[in-house]
Amino acid sequence: MNDSPSKEFISSCYKNRNFVLGFAMVLSVIVLAIFAKQIAPFSFDEAHPKDILVSPCSKYILGTDNMGRDLFSRIVYGSRITLQVALLGAGLQLVFGVTIGLVCGYFGGLADRCLTFVADLTWCIPGMIMALAVVTIIGSGLTNAIIAIAIVNWASYARMVRAKTMSIKNQAFIETGISFGEKSIAIMFRYILPNIVPILIVTVSMQLPGTIMSTTTLSFLGVGSQPPSPDWGLMVSEGINFISRGPWLCIFPGLALVYTVFGFNILGEGLRDLLDPRMKSQ
Amino acid sequence: MSEAVIELKNLKKYFTISKGFSTKKIYVKAIDDVTLNINKGEIIGLVGESGSGKTTLARVLLNLTKSTGGNVVFNGVNLSKATRNEMKKLRTEVAVVFQDPASNLNPRDTVMNSIMRPLILHGMPKKIAKQNAVDSLELVKMDVRYLNSYPHQLSGGQLQRIAIARALVLNPKVMILDEPTSALDISVQAQILNLLLDLQESFGLTYLVITHDLNVIKYISDKVAVMYLGKIVEFGPTEEVINNPKHPYTEGLMAASPIMDPHDRDKEKYIMQGDPGSLINLPSGCHFHPRCPYVSEHCKDEAPQIIVLPDGHQVDCHKYAAVKSL
Amino acid sequence: MSEELLALNKLSVDYKVKGGYLSAVNNVSFTINKGEIFAIVGESGCGKSTIAHSILRLLPEHNEIIKGNIFFNGEDLNEYSEKQLERIRGREIGMIFQNPLDSLNPVYTTGFQVAEGMMLDNISREDAWNRVIQIYNDVKMPDAEKRAKSFPHELSGGMRQRVMIAMMIARTPQLLIADEPTTALDVTIEAQILNIIKTLRDEFNTAVMLITHNFGLVAEVADKVAVMYAGEVVEQGTVFDIFDNPKHPYTKLLMKALPRRTKSEGRLQTIDGSVPRLTEIRNGCRFENRCPYVMEICKSKDPDRRIVTESHSFCCHLEGEVRNNE
Repeated sequence: MNDSPSKEFISSCYKNRNFVLGFAMVLSVIVLAIFAKQIAPFSFDEAHPKDILVSPCSKYILGTDNMGRDLFSRIVYGSRITLQVALLGAGLQLVFGVTIGLVCGYFGGLADRCLTFVADLTWCIPGMIMALAVVTIIGSGLTNAIIAIAIVNWASYARMVRAKTMSIKNQAFIETGISFGEKSIAIMFRYILPNIVPILIVTVSMQLPGTIMSTTTLSFLGVGSQPPSPDWGLMVSEGINFISRGPWLCIFPGLALVYTVFGFNILGEGLRDLLDPRMKSQ
Repeated sequence: MSEAVIELKNLKKYFTISKGFSTKKIYVKAIDDVTLNINKGEIIGLVGESGSGKTTLARVLLNLTKSTGGNVVFNGVNLSKATRNEMKKLRTEVAVVFQDPASNLNPRDTVMNSIMRPLILHGMPKKIAKQNAVDSLELVKMDVRYLNSYPHQLSGGQLQRIAIARALVLNPKVMILDEPTSALDISVQAQILNLLLDLQESFGLTYLVITHDLNVIKYISDKVAVMYLGKIVEFGPTEEVINNPKHPYTEGLMAASPIMDPHDRDKEKYIMQGDPGSLINLPSGCHFHPRCPYVSEHCKDEAPQIIVLPDGHQVDCHKYAAVKSL
Repeated sequence: MSEELLALNKLSVDYKVKGGYLSAVNNVSFTINKGEIFAIVGESGCGKSTIAHSILRLLPEHNEIIKGNIFFNGEDLNEYSEKQLERIRGREIGMIFQNPLDSLNPVYTTGFQVAEGMMLDNISREDAWNRVIQIYNDVKMPDAEKRAKSFPHELSGGMRQRVMIAMMIARTPQLLIADEPTTALDVTIEAQILNIIKTLRDEFNTAVMLITHNFGLVAEVADKVAVMYAGEVVEQGTVFDIFDNPKHPYTKLLMKALPRRTKSEGRLQTIDGSVPRLTEIRNGCRFENRCPYVMEICKSKDPDRRIVTESHSFCCHLEGEVRNNE
């Protein structure tokens, strides 16, 4: 009887196939990242000059690259980078997007009009071109690539939060709160934000694959992670030069990327069905 | 004599809307020159059709929106000139319960947190606040086992009781009840109305009850104010206004209100025609003239002045100009 | 004189859920005669809308099981194919809902939508349009020609409900099902709409099944009333039977819970507790947990239908004679 919404939610999670599968896939990547040291047979930058471009065998399960580094170990370590991208990227986008969205939606007026205009502008420029421009200005590197992607992507969070805030702020419990003396900041973060969290979780898991892909693309283009980092995008880009002699160099990091992104994708779909029945795909 | 808790003096609330690129602003006169005194311990009913400005009036009293002109004097303190401290105190003295039970409470907070929140906000330690929450839950005759429930687990009647409990927790002097029972079933409506009456009697509260249900008003209130398009067209003791309506609009409203006895159905009934007007395109002169059965040329040109009839009944209609001069 | 139009015989609607069935409507029988206004009245969730929707097989989910018979002009609608039913819907039985804006297509003019139904009956476009104007005048639409060319969003709530009624009577159905037709409207507009419904009945001898929670409407227009509680009809009779001589404890209490007096004349009667949820329904009388006269037998055995007069019957263990053969 007195189950909190979150408890009820957890019990219904088990019944959702998408959620369980997606969660298992994402969890496997997380385990890989945490125990990378234990799982990987070699370090990611340990070169074996004698074993250059060895095809997959018992010693090197997924083969080695042009410098004789074990591909499997590199992919395992690479999962750390991917998750870091996911976490940092989503975190940055969330902080910007949610704060701006709340402020715009709650106060409205001039600030709202200006910020909405800026958000609209970011949608008018192709995302990748803008990200490249940002990286050109602030310099390449993984962190900068993440920042660039956040600058491209925050607007979709801001829009969502703004719309939600505007619909919630007219509800009776908000007005009652103001009438007994709540301050604006408390209204935004104590009253409105908790009611947006479910849909926010959904948005994050739906946006994560995009964030990972965009950052990987920047690495692939050479303005993200720099060698010898085991970034999957960078690995694919390096492997392309040897595509005929060592096709595994592109295939396996690519597969790892597909697996992770797909995992987040169906996790997001599962969460959406669980948290927001109205958005159900049917 | 009884002292006034709330005095409204020529209160005005205009909204502006601008259309497209035109710089001409259109005024929406949601409250237009309302003067009203609410005495301590009284239950005032405020009736009118949707769009008559009832809810805007409540929002001005709750200081959720600033008035455009005129004054709201609360216990001698002018709302527009109140200092920060006076304002903080005012926030504890006026409480509100809105219509929709489902949105009256934060869906993410437990009943306990919702009730405790106003106390904690005004600086009460958590432990005492908890005890007060339990006490006020008992006041509204709810079992304490609901303290840890979430709003979606409760019925409409229970939610409305909790909203009342939260409104009471700061010991307010005035409660504003915006359609407190219109979303409830008949059997639950009676429970809530009786509860409100009991509380009013034991704490000497003052209520402003906003509703479109005249039967509820008739049951609960001491005085009735009838609002039409931003103006109070009639104000007086409940029985006077209901049994002996003076303003043609009140007359139409009373006739339209559903009867509660099928034996009354054969009585000749006057059905007021037309839709409630819009605040955007206000008619000239008396706002009611397009629907008024007694309309004269004079009504179209000139807005009537409030006339106080000998029995203390206020009415805003040209028909009674003659009475005044007597 | 009174000809049977619609007769429900032991209608039950169960919803299939995990691990069993929920009984939304249980064993409901009543008869509506031609030209009669039959009100089904009850609190929210008592199954009154479910009955209306199951008559036209319009229940939104397809996990329900309908048992019993729905005789319309002597033919069982439950045995009709979907195709046969389509011929009944709109033409023989019309339906209007609470929120007319949801039922109107926003991209066509209202006049076109009313004419559309008639054109299905092979009436030429021009004739249909002229008829629309005529019907608009029948439902007292102000400025009929202009309104026929308006889109739904350009009309007020009352006008939209008039459009819905116009759409329904355009094909002169024998039965009009009105599901809370005035709940979203102001009392003054409500009175106008009720007046239209009454005129229709008088003019076209259309039977009306009025579904409402508002006893005021019932007292105002209904000829016969069925009082529903938790999926069952607990009492039915003429409007005077129900208001003057209620027999079932629920009806008796409800009549005293209606706000039709002032507080100085004494408090309203309340019914403690709340309606059981569908999942909580067990054997025996469904009102057992709130009934002041509850007896041992009420908890185990469903009460039989007892008759007071030809038209008046109720379901309770308490008093009256058991009807021998159904």
